[in-house]
Amino acid sequence: MSESNQKATRPLSPHLQIYRWPVTMITSITHRATGVGNYIGTFFLAWWLLAAAMGQKAYETFQAVAGSPIGLIVLFGYTWSLIYHLCNGVRHLTWDVGAGFKNATAETTGAFVIIISLALTLFVWVVGVAGMGGGQ
Amino acid sequence: MSIQTPLNKVRGLGSAQEGVGHFWHQRVTAVALVPLVLWFLVSLYHHIGDPYQEVVEWLGKPTTAIPLLFLILAGFYHMKLGMQVVVEDYVQKDSSKIILLLLNNLVAIGLGVVCVYAVLKLSFGV
Repeated sequence: MSESNQKATRPLSPHLQIYRWPVTMITSITHRATGVGNYIGTFFLAWWLLAAAMGQKAYETFQAVAGSPIGLIVLFGYTWSLIYHLCNGVRHLTWDVGAGFKNATAETTGAFVIIISLALTLFVWVVGVAGMGGGQ
Repeated sequence: MSIQTPLNKVRGLGSAQEGVGHFWHQRVTAVALVPLVLWFLVSLYHHIGDPYQEVVEWLGKPTTAIPLLFLILAGFYHMKLGMQVVVEDYVQKDSSKIILLLLNNLVAIGLGVVCVYAVLKLSFGV
């Protein structure tokens, strides 16, 4: 008989939900999550490019979906995901050359990445959408 | 005691014959992608809401198409490597893992080819 069906009654070591989340932990898992997000986002990118190549009608279909409320939410998320992964990726590259490993430094750069990625995303959307409104 | 030959030891490719290849390719593409993604975001930002004709004209220009092709090649390879690690970390059952790893290659290569085709078509108008 397999023991896998039995529930362990012995004490188990605490798992993720027990610990306080330091900035470095948040930025680390968010880097992976945004990586997966960017992966999904490339389906949108491929559709955009293919639609542009196929002709005006295909492009209008894409524009209709991208401009819909759900499309805008997805695009907003994709923008932030891309910018976050880019900023935190640069942070990872600095670690790869051996810099910025002190606890305090890693926490500061982590907080900086979160703030700057949100600020840049909002800038792109607020100014970008405002610019589009003015151009039409 | 090791039964490795000195030559194998120096190459350090280990049992999978890959050594640090995956790690290194991830970093090389990451470095390439920093300027490419920045360029892409800035140029996209300038073309938000453009009508179809202008978008097509912009995408077909060599100054757009060439960096875009670099972005596509580096980007899809980078994301293939990244998703591979995610699958290897979280999927424990061998059959599911192998299927997902194959699917990952299929998506990365498939979408990459679609994007390259689109950029070339926009450039040469075939």
